[in-house]
Amino acid sequence: MNETKREPISDRRKFILNMARGVGLATMGGFVWSAHVNEAKASSLLLRPPGAIKESDFLKTCIKCGLCVVACPYNTLFLAKAGENKPIGTPYFTPREMPCYMCPTIPCVPVCPTGALDEESLLTNQKLDINRADMGVAIVDSNSCIAFWGIQCDACYRACPLLGKAITIEYSKNERTGKHAYLKPVVQIDSCTGCGMCEKACVTEKAAIFVLPREVALGRAGDHYIKGWDKEDEKRVKNATSKTTTTEISKKSAVDSLNDTKELY
Amino acid sequence: MMTLWKNYRYLLLRRITQIGLMFLYFGANVWGWNILVGNLSSSKIFGLIPMSDPYATLQMFFAGAVLSADLLLGVAIATLFYLVVGGRAFCSWVCPINLITDTAGYVRRKVGIDRSQGFRQPASRQLRYWVLAMSLVISTLMGVAAFEFISPVSMVYRGIAFGLGFGWAAMLVIFLFDLFVLKDGWCGHVCPLGGFYSLLGSFSLLRVLYNQEKCTLCMKCKTVCPEHQVLHMIGKESLSVTSGECTNCARCIEVCEDDALGFSIRKLVKR
Repeated sequence: MNETKREPISDRRKFILNMARGVGLATMGGFVWSAHVNEAKASSLLLRPPGAIKESDFLKTCIKCGLCVVACPYNTLFLAKAGENKPIGTPYFTPREMPCYMCPTIPCVPVCPTGALDEESLLTNQKLDINRADMGVAIVDSNSCIAFWGIQCDACYRACPLLGKAITIEYSKNERTGKHAYLKPVVQIDSCTGCGMCEKACVTEKAAIFVLPREVALGRAGDHYIKGWDKEDEKRVKNATSKTTTTEISKKSAVDSLNDTKELY
Repeated sequence: MMTLWKNYRYLLLRRITQIGLMFLYFGANVWGWNILVGNLSSSKIFGLIPMSDPYATLQMFFAGAVLSADLLLGVAIATLFYLVVGGRAFCSWVCPINLITDTAGYVRRKVGIDRSQGFRQPASRQLRYWVLAMSLVISTLMGVAAFEFISPVSMVYRGIAFGLGFGWAAMLVIFLFDLFVLKDGWCGHVCPLGGFYSLLGSFSLLRVLYNQEKCTLCMKCKTVCPEHQVLHMIGKESLSVTSGECTNCARCIEVCEDDALGFSIRKLVKR
């Protein structure tokens, strides 16, 4: 008989073990949960309803109630479903299926209880103005746009609710035939609201003009370049900071550096 | 017929409110009704009275969102409402997940999983408060309302009016979890929304009152109760069920054949 008597676990040990179990469980659960949330909020290609605040703030502020979806008379808006790889429950639209028809009364915005759709941002002289909406910006793929091939098409230009403002037509000579013109659509990004009616109207199999969120579609020139001929452009670099780097050559002034002949001999 | 009504009256009423509310939200989106628009996160009643989920708003606050006056008004109305009818009245009278977990609980009792498992439950009912605390921590760190990104409650409700997507999988997971893993698992142990309403419900007015003189100790109430720890006074003394974890589902009142349990207004002043 070599039966060893097991010592009962002391209360102190039990307490410490239970604490460790709790901490372990919390850490595990917390990381899994955080990882999921991080993945789930990552999609940046969604088009939001008019008046939506900055995407990172929008994700914080939207309570996912769907009042905007119910208010939309065209069934443009949807709430992201589970398994769609979009931030779950938040409203978005897909212009190729149903664009924003830019109602002058903007029914989707005032119903928002949380201010994720901001009425203030759409006011001109204290009146709702849908033309101030900024849902995204239309981008033309000149490779697949048939107008750039020389075939006459102005479907997007005609569909645009800001006719002649948000999309303009640029004329140029078709050198291939020598007697025809190209009528190329050009998006004026300052006027474009991103409603997507052009994308809906586009005649090509997959739309050659399509709307993307501004953050995704546009570059940024930064503070290093300025339109010297444009007074307005000064404002853009108002808060620019300068950072000077010193290298081996720039330690001395430029003239001194050139006059230094020591290295030549 | 009368006994049937007597034994299932609250259950029937609960199912009617649960399904009826879903139907009203559904009608709002599909047929343009104006009775109840939105979903459980935030809604408008008759296009006038706002109501918003206080727990979702709390998470938004921790995530760093600017809370609008409209939203806070909605939260105040919802909070007051549940302070009167019982915090977790939400769980048993409104929440759609309750239909799923009640079904799982029923099957458990009928098939005998409860008996085969014995009384050993591998998790504590305090877990929900930890999940609640963690949801606020994660909301702060990630900058979004953390539970709203995984909440099956909102998922199902959005599903009804706006399309479910893969939400059915979440429903199935909860059903299987409650059926095979943990008795009263989701609603009684994990769900932080239930935890939140438990805390709110500790102060609420409408409560179940136990009368010891009538009780014959049949313990049917404890068997049917999804939060049986709140009935700790059975057979001991005549008391109100003061624990916020009681969902006011009233199943105990229905199954009691001795009329020892009933709704009452809590005594605010202690004698």
